[in-house]
Amino acid sequence: MTPLVEVSGLRVTATNDRGAETDIVRDIGFTVARGEVLALIGESGSGKTTIALSLLGYARRGCRIADGGIRVGGADVRALAPAELARLRGGQVAYVAQSAAAAFNPSQRLMDQVIEGVRMRGLMSRANAEAKARDLFRALALPEPDRIGARFPHQVSGGQLQRLMAAMALMTDPDLVVFDEPTTALDVTTQVEVLRAFREAVRERKTTAIYVSHDLAVVAQVADRIVVLRDGAIQEIGATAQILSGPADPYTQSLLAAHAPKPQPPAAPRDVAVAPLLEVRGLVAGYGATWQGRPAAPVLHDVDLEIRAGSALGVIGESGSGKSTLARVIAGLLPATSGMMRLDGERLAPALASRGREELRRIQIVFQAADTALNPAHSVERILSRPLAFYHGLSRSEQRRRVRRLLDLVRLPASLLDRLPTELSGGQKTRVNLARALAAEPALLLCDEVTASLDTVVGAAILDLLAELRSELGLALMFISHDLKTVRAVCDEVMVLYAGQVMERGTGQAVMQAPQHPYADLLAASVPELRPGWLDSIDETRLAEARSRFSFPGSPDLCAFISRCAARAPGLCDAAPPPIRRFAKGSDIRCHRTEQELVALQSKHGSVSAAILPLKRVVKRAL
Amino acid sequence: MLMLGMILRRVCGGLLTLLVVSVVVFVGASILPGDATEAILGQSASPEAVAGLRQALGLDLPAPERYLRWLAGLLTGDPGISLINRMPIGQLIGPRLTNSLFLAALTAAVAVPLALLLGVTSAIWRGTAYDRVTNITAVSLVSVPEFLLATIGVILFAVQLRWASAMATPVVDSLGGALRTLALPVLTLSFGIMAQMVRMTRAALLGVLDSSYIEMARLKGVRPARLVLRHALPNAAGPIANAVALNLSSLLGGVIIVEVIFSYPGLAKLAVDAVETRDMPLVQACAMIFCAAFMILVLAADLCSILSNPRLRVR
Repeated sequence: MTPLVEVSGLRVTATNDRGAETDIVRDIGFTVARGEVLALIGESGSGKTTIALSLLGYARRGCRIADGGIRVGGADVRALAPAELARLRGGQVAYVAQSAAAAFNPSQRLMDQVIEGVRMRGLMSRANAEAKARDLFRALALPEPDRIGARFPHQVSGGQLQRLMAAMALMTDPDLVVFDEPTTALDVTTQVEVLRAFREAVRERKTTAIYVSHDLAVVAQVADRIVVLRDGAIQEIGATAQILSGPADPYTQSLLAAHAPKPQPPAAPRDVAVAPLLEVRGLVAGYGATWQGRPAAPVLHDVDLEIRAGSALGVIGESGSGKSTLARVIAGLLPATSGMMRLDGERLAPALASRGREELRRIQIVFQAADTALNPAHSVERILSRPLAFYHGLSRSEQRRRVRRLLDLVRLPASLLDRLPTELSGGQKTRVNLARALAAEPALLLCDEVTASLDTVVGAAILDLLAELRSELGLALMFISHDLKTVRAVCDEVMVLYAGQVMERGTGQAVMQAPQHPYADLLAASVPELRPGWLDSIDETRLAEARSRFSFPGSPDLCAFISRCAARAPGLCDAAPPPIRRFAKGSDIRCHRTEQELVALQSKHGSVSAAILPLKRVVKRAL
Repeated sequence: MLMLGMILRRVCGGLLTLLVVSVVVFVGASILPGDATEAILGQSASPEAVAGLRQALGLDLPAPERYLRWLAGLLTGDPGISLINRMPIGQLIGPRLTNSLFLAALTAAVAVPLALLLGVTSAIWRGTAYDRVTNITAVSLVSVPEFLLATIGVILFAVQLRWASAMATPVVDSLGGALRTLALPVLTLSFGIMAQMVRMTRAALLGVLDSSYIEMARLKGVRPARLVLRHALPNAAGPIANAVALNLSSLLGGVIIVEVIFSYPGLAKLAVDAVETRDMPLVQACAMIFCAAFMILVLAADLCSILSNPRLRVR
């Protein structure tokens, strides 16, 4: 049987500002059999999306498919006339975009967009098309399948949009579906349920698919075969099991190595006698007008934490859990409504304006997106000189010397001094962003998702750098991330945040150990594993937890996780504020359930491999 | 509910602005040197005569009292009486306003569709020769002063070729007649306001055409015409409506040059004449009309933005 997709000798070029053409991808060749799922895996810039788009006969602005053969279902994609190409796109070949939130037209109702493909082609009556769309919504486990189509994109969640986009792609019963990093922008918990829905839909329809991703663990769950890409060229092609167990190419091996969790850093000895560097008690903060001591839209409820000098506290939680708000409150950008903060025993004013320069200097924040945090009109030198002049009042020549030392510290060459942020790579921007904060010589660095937008390998290098800086400069870190693995690698203490409530807090080891707070348990179980079949092993209870949306409890004192929790005790959880208990493993947990109850519950619903023995797994892989 | 609240806030803001404007207009008119008595009696009038006339016209009252009387008059629909020819201002303005509105409407009817068409097409064919020519022409035409354009137009089409009339009148008897009398002023005005609309339409549309959802629509096989009309334009409606409103608002008050050159009996010419004769009630009334027109157009553009954005329209 001839394969459905045949790509050979594909070369796509980009034209730069000076008009010169450079290859983005070259000499790409692979085939996809009917019913097969092929993954394209690689870091950003590896050309995976470019290749995926070329299957629809499409190249982004400034790019051009220069060479090679692309055949889909017998049709030569490159030879098609514009009208035929329009029939192919969304007809035989459908596309699921990376960020569904950006890929849906904000001014049209979802149903109109989902059925546009078949309506435009006159394939179905409106009633039939809507009926089919509703069936697909149901198959993709969307809530309220009969009514969700009437909404606008801003009215549904990111995970739902991603599934709606898959429904849109499947409307025309395409021969081939191209999934372009469809779960990258989602929370781990959401990713699990979206992946499950995709995989079921693809299996049921025996759809042929190309799945683009940078995440080996995700690919391991969905793909039959994997193409490993680097810098626009194929490194290795093989069956999923072979790539995961015996990669031939050194680059594939390094990808696998970067994925393996690093052994825990030894927890710094807990010296109770020394006052913590930062102490936070009963912090309440939010947005909007304050009414009776509570903000109109509260984000953080009664948060306690302490960070000792030289230690690292990891803050994890899904988007919307209040992680970034916490950093903003500590930095003084968003004054807390109530609660107390102490820096080195001294009371810290809630608002930035009422803090002294020395206090400002000692707490520095590294913003989430280095792209937008650096002034695009300022050179690297100017960006780094500013805090030196502001906090230390250094002379010009002294500033120059220090800027070079700072670049050294973050492993950047001095040749970048005159560059503008736009002329730097993502990893370089993150380093400059970090150097800017280090210029103040802070005691505490608030790192807000600093590696979230970086590739695995680049991100790992930044994490190593942070660890070094910590030991060299004695820096304390508050490390915010949605990624359990990263937090585990960097921090000796971990705090799990959900809807602004601290659910569990303790040493990294303790938090990862069973019994966990039900939410910490869900988070841990949602991190994809390299093991194929991991996705299938997730049971329905957990899937239901992952699927349900977060809603605020009736009273801010009640547990916020109650609506999703599989371990909730009716009549207790919805009536009384949960106590905070110190478990034997050494962490504080906000839950009504006792240690024994949680042990029993968590071993029952099949998360043994995911939650109970995470440390054993780490050790095994490290060996 | 959200939307209604927003609209209400906009309307209230507009009314408040108008009130502030009325103070500014009144103060501005008061600090102009000289008053209507000089215009009526001439430079050599005796101080007694001037004082008598001032008293008769109510100009000797303290400024706050004059302001309040004027404001009360405006609110009850009576903008007062002209100081110069003692006619009710409403009667003076009425026909002139109709004429000005007629000219403005005609210009809008020509300029807006043409500008949108040019803006949309140049966005679609960005970077092509067509795009560049459109842009350069638009910028060139807006750079040439209106009086020059109008004068060249008159010399060329009215004096030399005799295709059009050098005088413009708001009387329309036939299509040919209307073309003869109104084509030149309408075209001159259109050139002035089109450039920004073309460029704003192009820029707004380009921003949208670069977005992910347009790429997605392309990858769904949506053809170019549908792509622009169904997917892109609704999302660019806000900025385009604002550009249109700002330019149209300049039509009512800013057409003085065109009205003078073509001797068109419009509102702007009336206002300038009133300033010359220090006929303050008339000046103030005209200024308030210009401001109100501006506010209404901007409000309409705001409404357009709100209505075209589902994020604001539905929660």
